[in-house]
Amino acid sequence: MSSRRIFARPARFAAIAPYVWMALFFLVPFAFVLKISLSQTAIAQPPYEPVFDLTAGWEALKAAFAALSIDNFRLLGSDDIYVFAYVRSLTVAITATALLLLIGYPIAYGMARLPKRWQAVAMVLVIVPFWTSFLIRIYAWINILQHDGLLNQILLALHLVSQPVVWLSTDTAMYIGIVYSYLPFMILPLYATLAKMEPVLEEAASDLGAPPWQVFWLVTFPLSLPGVGAGVLLCFIPIVGEFVIPDLLAGSNSLMIGQTLWLEFFTNKDWPVASAAAIVLLVVLLVPLLLYERLQKRQLEQER
Amino acid sequence: MRKVSRLSRFNIASLALGLAFLYLPILILVLYSFNASRLVTVWGGWSLRWYREFFNDRAMIEAAWMSLRVAASSATIATLLGTLAAVALSRGERFRGRTLFSGMLYAPLVMPEVITGLSLLLLFVALNAERGFWTVTIAHTTLTMCFVAVVVQSRLGSLDRSLEEAAMDLGCNPVRAFVSVTLPLIAPAIVAGWMLAFTLSLDDLVIASFTTGPGSATLPIRIYSEVRLGVKPEINAICTLVIALIAVVIVIASLASKLSSSQGESAAPL
Repeated sequence: MSSRRIFARPARFAAIAPYVWMALFFLVPFAFVLKISLSQTAIAQPPYEPVFDLTAGWEALKAAFAALSIDNFRLLGSDDIYVFAYVRSLTVAITATALLLLIGYPIAYGMARLPKRWQAVAMVLVIVPFWTSFLIRIYAWINILQHDGLLNQILLALHLVSQPVVWLSTDTAMYIGIVYSYLPFMILPLYATLAKMEPVLEEAASDLGAPPWQVFWLVTFPLSLPGVGAGVLLCFIPIVGEFVIPDLLAGSNSLMIGQTLWLEFFTNKDWPVASAAAIVLLVVLLVPLLLYERLQKRQLEQER
Repeated sequence: MRKVSRLSRFNIASLALGLAFLYLPILILVLYSFNASRLVTVWGGWSLRWYREFFNDRAMIEAAWMSLRVAASSATIATLLGTLAAVALSRGERFRGRTLFSGMLYAPLVMPEVITGLSLLLLFVALNAERGFWTVTIAHTTLTMCFVAVVVQSRLGSLDRSLEEAAMDLGCNPVRAFVSVTLPLIAPAIVAGWMLAFTLSLDDLVIASFTTGPGSATLPIRIYSEVRLGVKPEINAICTLVIALIAVVIVIASLASKLSSSQGESAAPL
């Protein structure tokens, strides 16, 4: 037996503790979400009617199954607020991801073309803001965008506007916040593929007479597609369920699904409807999530 | 290959603008935390007034203390579990339930926080657990151990496995080979993983809001409820302190990774 094989056996035992932990605290909770999404709202603590009580025996369990209701899902499908929230979440996520790609690509491209030792510095510079708090970064933008904030002061001083512009509580502010917060997630995977690309390929294309835009469009961009895919998924999936940024920067007249879930849960105390909203959100995200898993696995577990 | 830099003017401009976009808002925030004036528009000279205000704000201090304790304990448990998971995935070859295992580890990296938070809360309610320090710690561990696993796994993947094999050919058993050869080599990644877990926990608003109980708010929860009421200079001071703490953490993390001899191309997919 090769020593690699012998090494593998105890390594497998290392899986036990994290396996049990993730099953208990990541997988099992989804069963509770599903269960409570099928129960009725009650004015009690906790605020829902219990669906199963395992101590009550088989007959009671059967009765409980009969009492399951899909009312909460019916509510989500029929009430305009929820339908609108899902549509809005998807629109915002698609728009923001497109903006991120447009802004992140030139930055990643510039990084990949830096001399090698500067590339490492640039990478650290891009990662560092990721380490500073999400909330703090959004708060920094509230500082800048508020009525008498820096942006309006600059615009007024340059005579670009005659009176302060309302930035806060607009979609513009929300998009600025999202792009700002997620930019490192877009840049890093793009940079990773662009940096690995052979510069000879681009040189060959331009030696053969292709103008720069054609070199980019026919050689560079197609080769960077794995990075584009990773960046897009890494941004799109969490943005669909985003709560903090739209809550603090966008107006309150049109909500994203993360906000309605939060509202149902914390303000209306309607746990069953909040759970149903979470289930629907999960179903919407299932395909991108599976794509992302495959990508992540290929990246980390390629045989060498 | 040409040695000449392939940087075009467009490249330099997009890099400069990109970095300015990433850093200016934070710099402005830090600057205004030293502003003596209550008004954001007016620069009233340098002052530590808002820092004093923070240190006199008992509720804020308590929340900060709670956050630090949660971050330190959850990061420690997460580093332990995440490292074990990374070892199993990169050295365990095939084992039963491997697909489910890696699925459970990668999904939380992108899962919207409202879903993770809500599902954990429902679990804690069903278990009748008293919500507070421990429930938040467990929730944060669940999220951050996945990040630790990814960081450590990418380091393990870039290691030369013949080193472990040599140790075993020379008579070490697998556990001893791991402890005396592999572990020292991946130590920088483990340290970086702990730091990442610590800052992610310190940062989190959504999951903590769902899983904490009355009377035990974390710092982000307090900051959030203040920010909803508008800009307050004291918040600038708190944010600056948090940024300073994280800066110290990053410096330690990068020193730790410098200590590793062969850095290679281990671009940790953060």
